[in-house]
Amino acid sequence: MLELKNITAGYGHFTALWDVQLRVARGEAVAVVGPNGAGKTTLMRVISGLIPSRAGELVFEGESLAGRPAHDIVAHGIAHVPEGRRIFPALTVGDNLRMGAFLPAARQAFPESSARVYDLFPALAERQRQRAGSLSGGEQQMLAIGRALMSRPKLILLDEPSMGLAPVMVLRLFDLIRRIREEGYTILVVEQNVRQVLKLVDRAYLLEVGRIKMEGRAHELAEQDFVRKAYVGL
Amino acid sequence: MTPGRLAALALLAALAAAPFVPMAGMRQYVLHVTIQIFIWSFIGGAWSLMGRFGLVSLGHGAFLGLGAYAATLLWNFYGLTPWVGGLVAVALTVGFALVVAYPCSRFRILGHYFALVTLAVGEVVRLLIIAERDWTGGSLGLTLRPARTDASLLAIQYADKRVFYYASLVVWLLGLWVWTLLDRSMARAAMEAIGEDETAAASVGIHVTRFKLGITALSAALTALGGVLYAQYFTYVNPDTLAGIGVSLRIVFAVVLGGMYSLLGPTVGTALTIALSEYLRVIFGVKFIGMAETIYGLLLVLFIIFLPSGIYGSARGLLRRRRTLEASATA
Repeated sequence: MLELKNITAGYGHFTALWDVQLRVARGEAVAVVGPNGAGKTTLMRVISGLIPSRAGELVFEGESLAGRPAHDIVAHGIAHVPEGRRIFPALTVGDNLRMGAFLPAARQAFPESSARVYDLFPALAERQRQRAGSLSGGEQQMLAIGRALMSRPKLILLDEPSMGLAPVMVLRLFDLIRRIREEGYTILVVEQNVRQVLKLVDRAYLLEVGRIKMEGRAHELAEQDFVRKAYVGL
Repeated sequence: MTPGRLAALALLAALAAAPFVPMAGMRQYVLHVTIQIFIWSFIGGAWSLMGRFGLVSLGHGAFLGLGAYAATLLWNFYGLTPWVGGLVAVALTVGFALVVAYPCSRFRILGHYFALVTLAVGEVVRLLIIAERDWTGGSLGLTLRPARTDASLLAIQYADKRVFYYASLVVWLLGLWVWTLLDRSMARAAMEAIGEDETAAASVGIHVTRFKLGITALSAALTALGGVLYAQYFTYVNPDTLAGIGVSLRIVFAVVLGGMYSLLGPTVGTALTIALSEYLRVIFGVKFIGMAETIYGLLLVLFIIFLPSGIYGSARGLLRRRRTLEASATA
């Protein structure tokens, strides 16, 4: 479904990603794990078109999307839940979801997609008229995911969904992501909470200093001594 | 019919009839002040199209001056009727606005930095007008070449103030109409999202650059139109009253005072600032030059701290809250 070939990207003179190869098949859940500063967020931003890649190929459903701007990528069916949630704090929960369905095709389907989001996240339904900025961190993360679902994506990019959340909330959030997965969405997730995320996904990539160091089935990766020591803390 | 709509119709009827009400020799003065309120409210409204979405421009004088000077120069030197010259002036100003706005959008110049860039742009236009004194008349300003008759449709010059009264009333209504259209469109939702967080807006599929440039072009076009109308009415243009920091800030003062998030906010604010400066002028004459500006400055600080949605915006908010309270009390 999504294939990255030799993607190189960075900011100014600094190169954050070197020759990254990555594949996500339809219906799969894939994680990218790695330490701070490895280039995980850059990778997500390259896929969603927020920053351009310098070299390499980005193919989604047989179409090359390298160099396309962000709004165009959304129209192709990739929704990005950015790091730090980035909801619209002054707008209500309902209006945040409405913004998620900004593109014409998504707008038409607004009633059913919002019903589905409220079904997935009942807490949001109760707070429809509340300002999004007044929600708790966990609820804001759900809203950010809900907003992404409103664009009726085929692939969802989740950037550090557990960041800044209480441990209990993290577990609930991973349960919700599992449910979203079961509904047939393809997911690419970036996480620092390696132990939890490896239980959720089928495959994972280990990114270190801008390069893919390892890839494999999630359970195999979790059992590698090297990964266990460095990231899982066992 | 709702009471609000009834009040709007009554107000409109009163405004339409006003030039024919006897005013005991004060008619010319009243008309003059009202025309100024219409024109500056229209310009304030044009500014608020950007201001309400966080695109705070301190350089709208540039658009105003470009519009007024382009139309005037085309008429004076080429005899081009302001009907066409005005359109050329608006197109030119939009082009200029896009040249300024595109790099700002491309390189993410936002908030305070955007305000500073526009501040400089306004000043550059003022200095350019002064420097090109051979044809712009420099800091002395420029008088429109008079038409042959007292009432010329071709030159849009009329000795009778009532013509400009109705013209500026129509233009003011046009501004309100554009504001309402925008307020009900998806562009407003998109601009609100962009104003909150550009990255998030892009990630839900909003074409950030297109919307920002679009709103800037619209705001600049209307401001330039206001400048053309101003030049036609006063038949005199001057770099200090139409370009530069002074006039740019005056527009912002008026809108912040009245409220930039509501339809009539810019009008209320403009009416108040013009009334204040007229009052000070009549009472103190030229004794306290700069007094009006000092008072505006103080008010501006107080308003930004205590009434960020302005006099009109806050009053309306209060009324609305009271109404919902009453409604919930009776229910």
